[in-house]
Amino acid sequence: MSKARLLALAALFGLVGCASGNEAPGSPTMAKIRERGRLVCAVDGAVPGFSTVGPGGAFVGIDADFCRAVAAAVLGDATKVEFRPVTAGERFVALSSGEVDLLSISSTHTLSRDAPGGNALSFGPVFFYDGQGVMVPKASGIRRLRDLAGKPICVESGTNTELNLADRMRELGVAYQPLRFQSGEQAYPAYEQGRCAAITSDSSLLAAKRSGFKDPAAHGLLPELLSKEPSAKVTVQADPAWADAVRWVSHTLVQAEESGLTQANVETRRAAARKDSSQAEQRRFLGIEGDFGRQLGLPADFTVQVVKAVGNYGELFERHLGPATPLGLERGLNRLWTAGGLHIAPPFR
Amino acid sequence: MVPVNPSDPSPPPLPAPKPPWWRDRRVVPWVVQAVVGLLVLLLIAFLLGNLVRNLTAAGLLLSWRWLQQPAGFDISESVLPFNAQLPYWRALAAGLVNTIRAVVVGLVGATLLGTLVGMASFSHNGLLRRLARVYVEVVRNIPLLLQLVFWYFVVFLTLPNGVAAIQLPGVVLAKSGLYIAGLGEGLRWMGPTLVNGVWQAPVRLSVEFGALLTGLIVYSGAFIAEVVRGGIAAVPKGQWEAASSLGLSWFATLRRIVLPQSLRVIVPGLNTQYISLAKNSSLAVAVGYTDLYSVAETTLNQTGRAVEVILVLLAAYLTLDLLISALMNGLNHLVQIRER
Repeated sequence: MSKARLLALAALFGLVGCASGNEAPGSPTMAKIRERGRLVCAVDGAVPGFSTVGPGGAFVGIDADFCRAVAAAVLGDATKVEFRPVTAGERFVALSSGEVDLLSISSTHTLSRDAPGGNALSFGPVFFYDGQGVMVPKASGIRRLRDLAGKPICVESGTNTELNLADRMRELGVAYQPLRFQSGEQAYPAYEQGRCAAITSDSSLLAAKRSGFKDPAAHGLLPELLSKEPSAKVTVQADPAWADAVRWVSHTLVQAEESGLTQANVETRRAAARKDSSQAEQRRFLGIEGDFGRQLGLPADFTVQVVKAVGNYGELFERHLGPATPLGLERGLNRLWTAGGLHIAPPFR
Repeated sequence: MVPVNPSDPSPPPLPAPKPPWWRDRRVVPWVVQAVVGLLVLLLIAFLLGNLVRNLTAAGLLLSWRWLQQPAGFDISESVLPFNAQLPYWRALAAGLVNTIRAVVVGLVGATLLGTLVGMASFSHNGLLRRLARVYVEVVRNIPLLLQLVFWYFVVFLTLPNGVAAIQLPGVVLAKSGLYIAGLGEGLRWMGPTLVNGVWQAPVRLSVEFGALLTGLIVYSGAFIAEVVRGGIAAVPKGQWEAASSLGLSWFATLRRIVLPQSLRVIVPGLNTQYISLAKNSSLAVAVGYTDLYSVAETTLNQTGRAVEVILVLLAAYLTLDLLISALMNGLNHLVQIRER
């Protein structure tokens, strides 16, 4: 990027009210984050396992921890995060207007959201492989999508799920009544109160919301999946350097699991790798060899900071979504590629 | 001023010299207005330029092609026929009609309720008078959003469902809505029937519409009641006394003497309440009623055309409110005292 363009960009951000003084190369967003000393991260805030307000008042969940991982990478401190709960309908505007730096919400990667002529967003690697499911009360006798003919179905407006539902019902030739709610905070209580015969969303979100119901066992998912929903972390297209940094934080989590690095052992492993120059791959990943951090505009040891702050991808999954949690999700497609799943990190070199 | 010597009458008094232009009463206002106007134009130009520059930088130039693309989402409750293959502009139109439906019914309901409560606060019946006060004070001091959520989740969604629904001849009130008998297919009279666990009837109003309408009517009704009360209180006491000395009853006095005279105080205040009701209708999103705002929000999210969609929204609500205002100004003109 030429100096003139950089100045123009700086001037542009100045107009929005946050002039950036230092000349950090590359990313205006990262410069902004460093200047204010914290990352502004959008989360849903009401999905158990992904992001909710925990008993201590702090946000907990795999999405919330991703925000912390990014803060650890950029600022070296996982606590320097300002969480901003946003609804599905307002998330992309919050991002493109510069209100938040990053979306850590289940957002399906689609063409129109990605394309410069569409929403002009930038998607990281797939963080969670999901599919759209339909939840019904077990006692209702509804066993297939067709059984929902003529019945009201609750859905969050402004989501992909709303469109998939319309598509699938049209394919099946089944008339239904969509009940569109602005956010899950209205849709799920309405479903629980029996206003709709079914509710549809990403399967993991349904499981998450169900764990908060009065009687979770009374609700079940239909066997049919309506779609594939690979969801990723989102930034704006106008700042490719920032998008790259977020992308590689995501890769770090997966690579750490593959390399057997955990929150508990990363420091000792680094100390061991420092002494042993034969561990070339480990040394590159941990920032002992090469300048990969600097190339991204991040500290050399950002991978260590990330793993120390939140652990690897497998740890995150087990802690927030796995069988030991109220959600009880199987890893399925979200296993590493080495274990038959879909998560793979490109080489750190 | 030119000094004039009173002792010298011969030269005729000179006309007062023209003051310099910056003190000229005919010039100064024009200059001030031109400067202020220019500043306002410059500010607007700066803001628009800023918008276009930032949008260009973000790769988002204003475009309206998306209006023609298929919407892809369904609307269950629509006066205009709609399905997912129709373009976005049809979805927005369906939303607008839904908004207008809620606003029109809401206006009528709120006016009736407000007038009755306003009249009740002048009743001889102490209980009625106090009830009217309690209603107004409770309702207007609680945020509307909270009231809508209350009506929807606490009142309407706790209605019984299916066979347990409240059934009267020709009318059924269930958790999913109000079903009224009417002319169905083939112009045959049809009552509400339960098909496959779902009620069906020629006339169907959803509970979402019901909750929104109840919330709007009860909320705006309280404000209108105050406007009506103020209007009635503005009519001189002598009018009441004159009417009662003629032997007119309380109700007849109100209807024939007091209310017609109070209209000229009530109508301007009513205008404000009507406009806020129209704007408040956008809170429908909180109770799952698909109005213009709800459609616009989904459209915005699917197309990424935030600025364009917001412009459409602004224009729609502005037009709606200006229309209400124009009608009310016409009405105001009618009820003013004719000075002869």
